[in-house]
Amino acid sequence: VKDILLPVAHVFALVMMVFAATMLAPLVMAVWELDPALSSFVISAFATFFLGALLWLGTRRFRRELKTRDGLMLVALTWVALPAVAGFPLWNFLPINFTEAYFEAASGLTTTGGTVLSGLEYLPRSINLWRHLLSWLGGMGIIVLAVAILPMLGVGGMQIYRAEMPGPMKDTKLTPRIGQTAKLLWTVYAGLTVACMVCLKFAGMDWFDAVCHGFSALALGGFSTYDASIGHFNSIPIEMVLTLFSVLAALNFGTHYVAWSERGLMAYLRDAEAKAIVSVLIVSCIGMALFLYLKGNYPDFSTSLRHTIFNLVSVATDSGLHTQDYSRWPIFAPMWMMFLSCIVCSSGSTGGGIKMIRTLVLAKQAHRELNQLVHPNMVRPLKVGGTVIANRVVFAVLAFVFLYFMSIVTLVFLQLASGLDFMTAFSSVIACINNAGPGLGLVGPGSNYGVLSNFQTWVCSAAMLLGRLEVFTILVLFTPTLWRK
Amino acid sequence: VKIIILGAGQVGRTAAYHLSREEANDVTVVDQNEEILRDLQDRLDIRTVNGSGSSPRVLEAAGIASTDILVALTNSDEVNMLACHVAWTLYRTPKKIARVRSADYTERQGLFGENRIAVDVWISPEQLVTEYIARLIRYPGALQVLDFADGRVRLVGIRALQGGPLVGHELRTLREHIPSADARVAAIYRAGKSVKPEGTTLIEDGDEVFFLAATENIRAVMKEMRKEEAPARRVVIAGGGNIGLRLASELEVKNQVKLIERDGKRARRVSEQLRRTTVLHGDAADEELLLEENIDSVDVFAALTNSEEANILSAMLAKRLGAHKVMALINKPSYAELIESGSIDVAISPQTVTIGSLLAHVRRGDVVRVHSLRRGAAEALEVVVHGDADSSKVIGRRIEDIALPEGTTLGAVVRGEDVIIAHHDTTVQPDDHLILFLTDRRHVEAVEKLFQGSASFL
Repeated sequence: VKDILLPVAHVFALVMMVFAATMLAPLVMAVWELDPALSSFVISAFATFFLGALLWLGTRRFRRELKTRDGLMLVALTWVALPAVAGFPLWNFLPINFTEAYFEAASGLTTTGGTVLSGLEYLPRSINLWRHLLSWLGGMGIIVLAVAILPMLGVGGMQIYRAEMPGPMKDTKLTPRIGQTAKLLWTVYAGLTVACMVCLKFAGMDWFDAVCHGFSALALGGFSTYDASIGHFNSIPIEMVLTLFSVLAALNFGTHYVAWSERGLMAYLRDAEAKAIVSVLIVSCIGMALFLYLKGNYPDFSTSLRHTIFNLVSVATDSGLHTQDYSRWPIFAPMWMMFLSCIVCSSGSTGGGIKMIRTLVLAKQAHRELNQLVHPNMVRPLKVGGTVIANRVVFAVLAFVFLYFMSIVTLVFLQLASGLDFMTAFSSVIACINNAGPGLGLVGPGSNYGVLSNFQTWVCSAAMLLGRLEVFTILVLFTPTLWRK
Repeated sequence: VKIIILGAGQVGRTAAYHLSREEANDVTVVDQNEEILRDLQDRLDIRTVNGSGSSPRVLEAAGIASTDILVALTNSDEVNMLACHVAWTLYRTPKKIARVRSADYTERQGLFGENRIAVDVWISPEQLVTEYIARLIRYPGALQVLDFADGRVRLVGIRALQGGPLVGHELRTLREHIPSADARVAAIYRAGKSVKPEGTTLIEDGDEVFFLAATENIRAVMKEMRKEEAPARRVVIAGGGNIGLRLASELEVKNQVKLIERDGKRARRVSEQLRRTTVLHGDAADEELLLEENIDSVDVFAALTNSEEANILSAMLAKRLGAHKVMALINKPSYAELIESGSIDVAISPQTVTIGSLLAHVRRGDVVRVHSLRRGAAEALEVVVHGDADSSKVIGRRIEDIALPEGTTLGAVVRGEDVIIAHHDTTVQPDDHLILFLTDRRHVEAVEKLFQGSASFL
């Protein structure tokens, strides 16, 4: 175990030192505002850096090139350990225990957006900035960021990239070098984020809220600086901007890059996932707006449409910002939104769930099986968007979906055993594993995760990490072969 | 440099490995076999594209529009040539290198070039390997013989053995031993580790010595390192494949050559194309056959079949039965390392031989020739310097004043037709060809920078 873990810890130490640098942002904010959280950030930044440096020096003897399993281990280790580090300033400053601080930081890094805190508008600005920044860093992937700025991770980088980027097919790179690909993706991501922030400012937010919500929107995070989330603003332009950027963030960032380099929208039309996502969202929005209007939730259709579009798109893309307490809608509506949150996001996006590409592959596979029953001798490859999907990929997708559902089932039973009601247990696990944010029942948009017990909070934290790393990367830690020499 | 490699065969994979480990190169590999590509991408930091190399659609997916060098290494000459032509016609790719094996194509003057088939450089790995083996046979005792400056200078790798006059003496005594022939020891490897060659360095028994000398002086220097061996006369070649056949036809003029081929039909074809070689139909690992053909009086036994395992075994057998010197063609670098310390005298790695001719094209600056050595850990380069004393960091300077990176030796200067073995007071002039030896390939970039200085001013 020592020979496997220590070389990975050596690289992780570097990641920690870089991560300490990101704490400078809230630190500067705290100095600027002279707010009381300053000391917490100073302590955290220094502690993180020195711990990282100590670990780095201590494991220097074990330095070597990373192999496949080291890559997996590095990603898993980073994601499990970093919330503890990131949660430190929160734990130090706020009246919450370690469990809750870990949850809050993990919720940020995994872009879930569920919170245990209330009275968000009264928190120091540095604390809020830190929460949103965590979302943003986790959105495109911490390790991918590290690959982009630390060239020595380039060796074996593909495994790392695979372990962290969502989606079943990650063999096509935008550029030959992994480091460049990572840089490009982060550039597109950062560019869109800035665009979103500027739009939000023009839509009526002040700069601080625009920056925080811009981080949230592009990471599909779901943190807000207000307890009432976007409902606080009650502004149609703000809702439109956020909806637009949530949809963009739910698409493949590789496609954004191609569209940008071609200066045209053809890339989106070639992307089977993008087309499916947009169609599903449009049909669902219109259908559900009608449903809510007919059920009498809203007095007129346009109001119904406005609230449906924002909340449905937000939940479906696993963002989790909200304007209404949709848990009070007729049960069909929030359940449909929960269902969409499982499937809507694209591979290579910042969203969670099983991803649209896997849904398409499974649907086509089911279709193929049915046809095979009618024409037993039929030869038909499985195609998505004109490209043939290898059987190997289909099997991987099946295995993924099985593990995904088994994880949900296991975690829901754990929540039930701990004494939660069914709706809360089920929705908290679904919302966490899809990195969506608020659930229903006790953890609905009108409330937050602060009501859960420590055990239940840990279950949610586990669900978020499982979902963010697409199950395999975490579960592989529990396979005995990984630990054998 | 953006590079596309077509074909992930032996040569393609090695090329991808060597090219991608240099920071400056962006490598994309195209092949039809998805499995191989996936495996390759797992190990190297490259992009892979699945499909046929000559298809414009596939080339576009590989990013041909912004590519600097296209290297077509598929096993079909026709696909390689067509791919280069497509790349030039549609995308104006600046440099196109194709592997062309068939002599039928390469011997025609005027087939390649502007307004013809758009191949800038053709390489034939089989031809290169054949020439390499032929040179080894010409210099018995050498582990490696590499050409520079059109064959005027050669770099020779040799194992020093007890009995050579220089063994056990300091390096600087070489001049006293052979006043007529000048040579420069570029590197010494002792037990796998590089030892810096200085005037006071002692040559020990078993050292692997690399020296540079004018071609006519090579034999004299080799004699210093180990007892002279008689030139090879009787040669047995196992395997009548492409390399075996070419080698036989090259050697049969001066040597007595026997070629053993397992496949009856192939043996017949080979015998039709050769004039004086005795072609035998049989198994090269058949003891009876080898004994019958007097293996114990053979000077060189070269196992050149497609199967490296068979090559190793038949070479070992031949050695045990009394063949004087045995060589085996081995693809896997790990095997080569294993056996060269054992009973096989020379391991020939086709990729290492071929890769040099590719590397010369990706090097910045005017690099004419690159030879990869010691499984790619070391490198020998021939660089042309341009410019004048102001624009260049080397021109007009004495060799001792040039800041060469660690482990780099400047071995020889070729000025026009003259070969000057480098001494500390030799002054570099414009348009000199310098021959450098790098014991650590990682310093290649520093060397490039040093010599490129002039090029950027022109």
